[in-house]
Amino acid sequence: MEAIAVKELSKLYLTRDGSVQALQQISFSVSEGEFVAVVGPSGCGKSTLLKILSGILSPSQGEARLRGTPIIGPRRDIGVVFQSPVLLPWRSVLDNVLLPVDVQRLGRDGHLKVAMDLLSLVGLEGFERRYPWELSGGMQQRVAITRALIHDPAMLLMDEPFGALDAMTREQMNLELQRIWLERKKTVLFITHSITEAVFLADRVLVMTPRPGCIMDDVQVKIPRPRALEAMNFPEFAPYVHSIRGRFNAKGMIDA
Amino acid sequence: MKGMRNVALTILLFCSSILVWEVIVRAFEVPTFIFPAPSKVAMALWRGFASGLYQKHLYHTLLETVLGFLFGSALGFFLGTAVALNRYVEYFFYPYIVMFQSLPKVALAPLIVVWFGLGLQSQVINAALVAFFPLLVNTMVGLKSTDEDRLNLMRSLAASESQVFWMLRLPSALPFVMAGLDVAMIFELIGAIVAEFVGARAGLGMLIQSMNFNMDVSGQFSVLLILSIVGLLLNRCILLIRRRILFWDPSEKERLERERITL
Repeated sequence: MEAIAVKELSKLYLTRDGSVQALQQISFSVSEGEFVAVVGPSGCGKSTLLKILSGILSPSQGEARLRGTPIIGPRRDIGVVFQSPVLLPWRSVLDNVLLPVDVQRLGRDGHLKVAMDLLSLVGLEGFERRYPWELSGGMQQRVAITRALIHDPAMLLMDEPFGALDAMTREQMNLELQRIWLERKKTVLFITHSITEAVFLADRVLVMTPRPGCIMDDVQVKIPRPRALEAMNFPEFAPYVHSIRGRFNAKGMIDA
Repeated sequence: MKGMRNVALTILLFCSSILVWEVIVRAFEVPTFIFPAPSKVAMALWRGFASGLYQKHLYHTLLETVLGFLFGSALGFFLGTAVALNRYVEYFFYPYIVMFQSLPKVALAPLIVVWFGLGLQSQVINAALVAFFPLLVNTMVGLKSTDEDRLNLMRSLAASESQVFWMLRLPSALPFVMAGLDVAMIFELIGAIVAEFVGARAGLGMLIQSMNFNMDVSGQFSVLLILSIVGLLLNRCILLIRRRILFWDPSEKERLERERITL
C-alpha cells in the first residue's frame, strides 16, 4: 500500500478579487519509507499541498489518502516540521519535544526516554532543560524535528524546514536529516525551493510549475546513500540539477 | 565597584536635595501651611505612626486597593476571556464595554457611595471598577493575537479547542495580561483614594481631606509620602510576579538586561 496517494487534488482560494487556483489536478504517490522532495518556485502551491496533507486545510477537489484512509482533518500519525521552528518559548526544549505527547495524551512517562534518545539522535544531548531562545536557529529546527518524531508518526511532512538557515548550517542540517532518515526510515515529503537540496536529499523529486501548481516532472535520483556533501560535486549529481533547472528555464522561470 | 558608587551618588543626591529644600523654606520663611520644611514633614510622619493613626488608615487603604485589585482584575480577566472566545458575547457586549470604558470611572464614585454607603465595600467596588478595564481589554487583545504558525502547529497535532486555549492561547496572552495588571495596579490606588475623598470612614484619602480642612499641610505631605511609597511597593510586587511568570518573554529579558547594565 502507498504511504501517500494524492488523486486529482485541486485547491481554489477565494479572495476579494476573485479566486486563485493554487493547485490544479495534482496526482502522485509516495511509497512507504520513501523520501520525496517537492521543488518549485515561490507561490506554486507547495505549502498549500502540505497544509492539505497535514489536514489543516481541506482541498476543493480530489482527495489525499494516507495509508489508504482519506485525510479529512488533522491526524495523529503525521509529524509536521514548519518553515520556522515554531517552538513555545515558555516550554523548555524537552517540554517542547513532548508537546505532541501532551496534546494526544500519550503519557509523558513512557515517552521521556524516547524524547531523550531522539534529542541525542539530533545532537542536542544536554540541552533538554534549556529554553528555545537560548538556542541557535539550527538547534531550534532540530528541536522541531525531534518534536515531529516524538509520537512515532507514519509520515513526516517538512515545509522548507531549512529555508531560514544560513547556507552552512543548512548543509549541515541536510546531512543530519539524511542520517536521521536512514536510521528511522520514515516516509518523508520534503518541500523546498532549492533544487540542490532536493536532489541531495530525495529518492524522488517532484517538480512543480508556478500557479496554478501542477506536477510537471517526477525525477528518480539514483545516487547511492549515505550521500556525503561532496556528492554535490560528483559527475552524476549535476545532470539531475541541470535537468530540473532546465524544466524551469523552459517555462521562463529563474529560481535558485 | 561601579554599583557601589552609583548607590552612594543616589543617597548623596537625595540628602542634598532634602537639605536644599529645608534651607530654602527656612531662608524665605515660607509658612508651614503653604509649604512645610522636610523636618516638619518628618515630624508629622513620626507623630502619625507613633499614635497609631497612620497604621489604621494605611491598613484600610491597602485593604481596599488589594481587594479591589483582586476582584476587578479577576472579573476583567474572565469577561475578557469570554469576549475573546465567543463571537456572540463579543457582538452583544462589546459596544457597551467600549461605551463604559470611555467613561471616567471615578465619576461613578458618588453614585457608588449612594448605593453602597461609606463602608469598605463602596471603596472596594470603586477600586475594582478601575482595575476591571485594563484587564478586560488586555486579556481580550492577548487572547486574540495568538501567532498563526503556532495555531497551525496545534491544529496539525489535532489539539482540541480547550487544549489550544490552555497550552497556547493563554500563555501567549500572559504578557498582555501582565501589562494590564501593571496598569491596573497603578490606577487602583487612584480609585481607592478618590472613593475615600467622596465619602469614607477611614483611609489615607479621607485622612488627607480631614487634614486639609485643618490646614495641616505637613500632615498631608507625610501622607503623600506614604502613598507614593505604597504605590512604588505595589508596582514592585507586580514586577516580581511578572518576572517569575514571563521569564520567557523577550520584553522581560530585555528589561533584565537593561537593569543589569544600569545597576
